[in-house]
Amino acid sequence: MSKENKIFVSCEDANHFCDKNEYQEASFWEKIKLSIHLIYCKACRKYSTNNSKLSKLVKDPKVISMNQSAKDSMKEQLKKKMLEQE
Amino acid sequence: MSTNTIDPNSWIDKYSDYLFNYTIVRVDDKEIAQDLVQETFFAGLKSMKNFKGEASERTWLISILKRKIIDHYRKINSNKGKAEVRINYVNDGETEGDWLEERVADPFDQNAENEIENEELGVAIYNCIDKLPEKQARIFKMKTIEGFDTEAICNEFDITASNLWVIIHRARTAMAECLEKNWF
Repeated sequence: MSKENKIFVSCEDANHFCDKNEYQEASFWEKIKLSIHLIYCKACRKYSTNNSKLSKLVKDPKVISMNQSAKDSMKEQLKKKMLEQE
Repeated sequence: MSTNTIDPNSWIDKYSDYLFNYTIVRVDDKEIAQDLVQETFFAGLKSMKNFKGEASERTWLISILKRKIIDHYRKINSNKGKAEVRINYVNDGETEGDWLEERVADPFDQNAENEIENEELGVAIYNCIDKLPEKQARIFKMKTIEGFDTEAICNEFDITASNLWVIIHRARTAMAECLEKNWF
């Protein structure tokens, strides 16, 4: 319990909260611990900014992936062609 | 015999997004891009025997895709092309130059650094994802791009949540490093 409620967390934990935060999965308490950690830890501040930049880049509408159904139908057709060839 | 092997079964999982992003910035239409990617896979399948293993599978597929994109523009331009005055740029009559193929800008044949600089964001991101170990890449894609729940991914890969976060952390660190030079 005492470990759970520590205000000062290790960098490892801070990074973990930071990753979670990028997916909106960090709890309120974790966010507070992260921000306290970022006040005094330069390395984690850097990681944190890079991390959010990465999220922003990946969310860019220009980055598209084909939807799964299109991929599946493509897979089937490719399989058909492979059978035809054999 | 060859250093690179070929395996059509894994093509779509591995390369379709990369090829799709490569195409979409060049043709600007989802449907057409999808068709072109599909045709590329078919053509690749047909000429599998010609794959010498000197290049990686992906490079080889990209080179097919490039032809397909050129063909696509030839097709839609053919009516206009008929009315055009053709000029022979090779005059010696012996060598029949392929105008389009020889004149088209070809960023992928340049050295690695130029290659990354010339890439569009989508292509760059998938390029970096490809450099991750396969499991990391798949999980990162599912979580970040396709937006699956933590739980769903854990079930699919049979891992615990903390395992997942360790993988995500490694993937994110590697991705940030890979993209840092040109995009941050």
